[in-house]
Amino acid sequence: MSNGSIPPPQPGADRALAAMMDVLCPMHIVLSGTGHITHAGPTLFKLFEGTVLIGARFAELFEVKRPRGDGSMIALMAAAGGKMYLRIRDGARTDLKGVLVPLPPGWAPEGGALINLSFGISVVTAVRDFGLTGTDFAATDLAVEMLYLVEAKTAAMEASRKLNLRLQGAMIAAEEQAYTDTLTGLRNRRALDFVLARLAEAEQDFALIHIDLDFFKAVNDSGGHAAGDHVLREVARIMVEETRSGDTVARVGGDEFVLVLERLIDPGRVHDIAARLIARLSQPIDYAGLTCHISASAGSVLSCDYTRPDLGRMMHEADTALYTAKHRGRGRHVPFAADLEMPDLMPKTQRDPPDAEGGKLNTKA
Amino acid sequence: MHGLINRAIERFVRDTYGREVWGGVMRGAGLEYTEFEAMLSYEDDITHRVLHALAANLDRPLPDVLEDVGTYLVSHPNVEALRRLLRFGGPTFTEFLHSLDDLPARARLAVADLRLPELELREHGAEFYSVSCRGDMAGFGHVVVGLLRALADDYGALALLEHKGVRDGAEMIEVRLLSAEHASGRAFDLAARSM
Repeated sequence: MSNGSIPPPQPGADRALAAMMDVLCPMHIVLSGTGHITHAGPTLFKLFEGTVLIGARFAELFEVKRPRGDGSMIALMAAAGGKMYLRIRDGARTDLKGVLVPLPPGWAPEGGALINLSFGISVVTAVRDFGLTGTDFAATDLAVEMLYLVEAKTAAMEASRKLNLRLQGAMIAAEEQAYTDTLTGLRNRRALDFVLARLAEAEQDFALIHIDLDFFKAVNDSGGHAAGDHVLREVARIMVEETRSGDTVARVGGDEFVLVLERLIDPGRVHDIAARLIARLSQPIDYAGLTCHISASAGSVLSCDYTRPDLGRMMHEADTALYTAKHRGRGRHVPFAADLEMPDLMPKTQRDPPDAEGGKLNTKA
Repeated sequence: MHGLINRAIERFVRDTYGREVWGGVMRGAGLEYTEFEAMLSYEDDITHRVLHALAANLDRPLPDVLEDVGTYLVSHPNVEALRRLLRFGGPTFTEFLHSLDDLPARARLAVADLRLPELELREHGAEFYSVSCRGDMAGFGHVVVGLLRALADDYGALALLEHKGVRDGAEMIEVRLLSAEHASGRAFDLAARSM
């Protein structure tokens, strides 16, 4: 074709074309030169059930969102060939995409146009809103494949989500286990490091009390490990009872414990808590007809006493205070003070307290 | 093997025979857990062991059991989602048959690492087809037989299906369509209820 002139159609060709278009584009519309609908594809009758479609003005049924215009035929024609964003004015207000081509000269209706519509991304809700089936789409339309994909992906995502939940549950349980001392149910060393790092990072003040049981080896020696384990569990229970739920009670060695009391800056209160705890731990503990006598020594530091709290130094100085308490006769609490002797500076023989509780973990001794 | 396959076998056994039988099957297969995770992968050998333990436990030939798995996948309400995905293959049973070649690709679209055997439909006459099933999952053809039989029911078609054994490395299934619209099948709404 040289200059776009199309020979005039045979009589009845417009109807034949409409019938073909019904198969190829079941959501197409033929507009008259005045912008009225003269023909619509079969699927559109489902979308406009109960509305008179043929003879209605296009702009009364559809809002043209883009390109902006007054909905007149002139405005519509100006958008020819480009993508139009439309919305059905009534009912579900479904969004549609469309493209318009003017009818060639000589084709009826004279000066008219052909618009093809599609749901675009709103297809998922549209099939529900209008009860559409596979046959409402052209055989080549990818709408059904898209619906398949949406449903298949939703099912696959749901399966993945369930797996993630199960894995998360397992992870939490594993972490919980990794942070728990299995014998007493208290936190362990790893958890303590974590808590202290968190407090340091948050610049949160706290008191740290290092506690070591007195005469525990004698319990193990006379009553066996079962008695020892029972005593440790009782000690743990008492420590939890004597602290607040936000505090951390950790077992960091055989009979060594660390208490982290958050937001505590008053040395008097720390001493009260330590003294009460030691008093309770000095009460006899019964086990299988055996009466176990233990006590506890404690050393403490306060983060507010340091200009820049250094966890390593705080632990070390709490050890020093604990060591001093042992030396002063056990069963007591000693807050750290600058004039206390550092165990590291003393010969090993002197550092071991003379109660000969062999097998101690060495953080304090 | 993809966890979805193992999980399907598990669901079939649990929903058909109960958890006691399933526990026995897993023990029989020498496995120490009782639940397959749909979105994980397992050694192929595990599926093999589970299926043989299942046949032994039920005292039935494995092909029969596999056929029942196929039927279950289409007809049991607990796996309705899968039936729906299959029905997207076409509005009639005949069209579904013609979409069989696409089935592995459709499965991959949903779950990228799910590999199903290749299926190929041949039309020998208006109502006479054969389906070849080629892959490394021996016996999968029996699952396809059960699946197609249940789907024919689902569409309301009357079809005769027969496993014709292995030819040139592929399992062959014969499909004779006696009536494409024998009864009214189960409804299929394009729109999912949950969305």
